Amino acid sequence: MATPKPRVKLPKTASAGEVVTIKTLISHTMESGQRKDSDGKVIPRQIINKFSCEFNGAPVFSCDIEPAISANPYFEFSAKVKESGTFKFTWVDDDGSVYEDEQTIEVK
Amino acid sequence: MRHSLAIVGLGMMVAALQMPLTAQADPVDDALVIDDIEMVTRTKAPEGHPLDEVRSGWLYREAETRELEADSFQNPGMLYVEQGADIWNRVEGPEGKSCASCHNDAAETMKGVGANYPKWDADAKRPINIELQVDKCRVENMGLEAYKFDAAEQKALTTYIKNQSLGEPVKLDLSQGELQSWWDQGKELYYTRTGQLNFACASCHEANSGQYIRADHLSQGQANGFPVYRLKQADMVSLHNRFRGCIRDTRAETPKAFSDELMALEVYVTWRGTGLSVETPSVRQ
Repeated sequence: MATPKPRVKLPKTASAGEVVTIKTLISHTMESGQRKDSDGKVIPRQIINKFSCEFNGAPVFSCDIEPAISANPYFEFSAKVKESGTFKFTWVDDDGSVYEDEQTIEVK
Repeated sequence: MRHSLAIVGLGMMVAALQMPLTAQADPVDDALVIDDIEMVTRTKAPEGHPLDEVRSGWLYREAETRELEADSFQNPGMLYVEQGADIWNRVEGPEGKSCASCHNDAAETMKGVGANYPKWDADAKRPINIELQVDKCRVENMGLEAYKFDAAEQKALTTYIKNQSLGEPVKLDLSQGELQSWWDQGKELYYTRTGQLNFACASCHEANSGQYIRADHLSQGQANGFPVYRLKQADMVSLHNRFRGCIRDTRAETPKAFSDELMALEVYVTWRGTGLSVETPSVRQ
């Protein structure tokens, strides 16, 4: 599997108190642990098990992810922005890897 | 009284049998706009085409699937486009070259390219598609081996190259070399019934497109969106993989990817979508 690559989309600017839509997508095979290979051996589970989003250090959204979630998980949620700052996104893999992305937003 | 009722009943049964046994469902009337580019999803068929109108498979999919393709952020196929861009720019092999070393910025040099393949390969004296063209470059110019069929990198790079032609109309130049005779062979294959189920491509995609085969809404089987992101596989699916899947489903022996049969079929099937926009990476069920 190629290294998972996160993608995040949110507006660059917003007015104070505006509710913005945040979209995130990450490439990941989300191997459920319930499939077998051609030799009949179980393919070990490897999924992203947690996703979270913080704004200036404060939690905005987070969730645990279970094996039934399809490959390349996509999350869309909204957040009210009162001030300029940075959204930080974190995906946690079963193997302990953490994939991160950041995006700033300017409040005008 | 009882007698006449029976006759009415019989009459209704006869009428019912004359109706098509499958549910009829027309493609939707909807416009596909991706990143402000309006896609041609319906167009007048080229001369000599058996259908009046050629239609993108997008029109046959569920609303949620159509939406996924229309938003280039949500479209999971775009992940592979990004992966393809990395491969494009990555130096690999003994010659120390990347695709970009010769072809520079794909956004300029590859624009429109994917809309005009397969082309005639004068060296190999057979048609060449994007995958084979990439392999040719790898072997001749980069000192590398050809990709294994459907290697993850092959799919990503093909998706990236074809994505540079997003919105460009599919158009083949059949006057190149002997491409016309391959088109003829492809047409022959398209109409030849095969397998234990005795289906030709045309049985589903021409005679019954728009109808349901069990739960599947049959499209015209166009090639303009390949490689496609198929939700069933949760991965990119190449045209030759889909050809093989379809042929396997008729319970026939499946030809090898890039074999003469499937290259001929690619030439013909691509031509059948003349005028449709390249939609790569399209999203399908």
